[in-house]
Amino acid sequence: MGMLSLGALHYWLVACLLLIGLHSMLAQRNLLKKLMAMNIMQVAVIVFFIALAAKTGGTVPIDTPSIKQVDAYINPLPHALMLTAIVVGVSTTGVALALLIRLYRRYGTLEEPEVLAQLMESA
Amino acid sequence: MRALVWLVVLLVGSVLIYAEGGLPRLGDAHAPPARHVSPRYIERSHTETGTPNFVTAILADYRAYDTLGETTVIFTAGLACVLILRVQLQRPGRGRRP
Amino acid sequence: MKTPFGSLLLDAACRLMVPFILLFALYVVAHGHDSPGGGFQGGTILAATMILMRMVHGQEHLWGLHRLSALRLACAGIALYAGIGLLSVLWQGQYLDYGVLPLPVSTARAHALGILGIEIGVVMAVAGVFVLMFDALTAWGEDD
Repeated sequence: MGMLSLGALHYWLVACLLLIGLHSMLAQRNLLKKLMAMNIMQVAVIVFFIALAAKTGGTVPIDTPSIKQVDAYINPLPHALMLTAIVVGVSTTGVALALLIRLYRRYGTLEEPEVLAQLMESA
Repeated sequence: MRALVWLVVLLVGSVLIYAEGGLPRLGDAHAPPARHVSPRYIERSHTETGTPNFVTAILADYRAYDTLGETTVIFTAGLACVLILRVQLQRPGRGRRP
Repeated sequence: MKTPFGSLLLDAACRLMVPFILLFALYVVAHGHDSPGGGFQGGTILAATMILMRMVHGQEHLWGLHRLSALRLACAGIALYAGIGLLSVLWQGQYLDYGVLPLPVSTARAHALGILGIEIGVVMAVAGVFVLMFDALTAWGEDD
């Protein structure tokens, strides 16, 4: 399976980042830390996608007249797709921060057990 | 509760370990992401769009509609921020001088 | 921001850095054709300049981009982008097909000019939205 081979080192690092983000998102009690963990998961996925675009010995995807083979340029398609993904991640973070501000104004705390306790009391 | 969290993390981790078998080697020029449509973009984008930068040509010409959707997404997020926080966009009574 | 960070040291550093950051933002947008860059990157750097001015000086140095103007700038950016697409439809092309625009240049050049047009639209939209988001997120306790 090649588990310890260096050829898949990028995948193991990304998997570690993803699992760290997943664990923090589930186990942390502060809502802002959960949001930051979601950002970590997004970064892990974006980095993995861009790592798939690499080619050995390839150069930047800008056309230079002296280099004509297709395999001398790295794959530009994942880079374009991940620009969209980064912008969507920023949008999600912005709206989540606005929601957290409203939550803090309403309940006075950002710790999830306390917010749940106040919700149970008022229900 | 904590045991459940570790169980979920272990489950996702085992799926990730199992999926490693199907990955192409890093830097492989004949991997599936580098075939089908990407060589066409590299070969013909400078002559078709007059732009040496392949990434800008893909983002703004071949896939311009997706970029329009993405700009709409960020605009909607800004609008949602303003509406959720009920921000006053202009002072009330402004611009009503006789 | 209600309580800006302003101090003498920050003020001096801001005056030194802001012109160069603005110039770099314009450079990144204009060279999106030849080097890595484009609309989103340039718009973010432009918005970072305005957010820096707001953080250091507060409400006195908005550069005329108060909240309603930022919203109008963002709307104008998206209208420009969608408008270029509709222009292509008016000349019997597909939506966002730059080749059919009646410009007196070759088809490849028409594509390049269309790309420049929509990148300017994207810069306006992104800069306006980021400034608006920053103003909304830091507008706590203002005559609520």
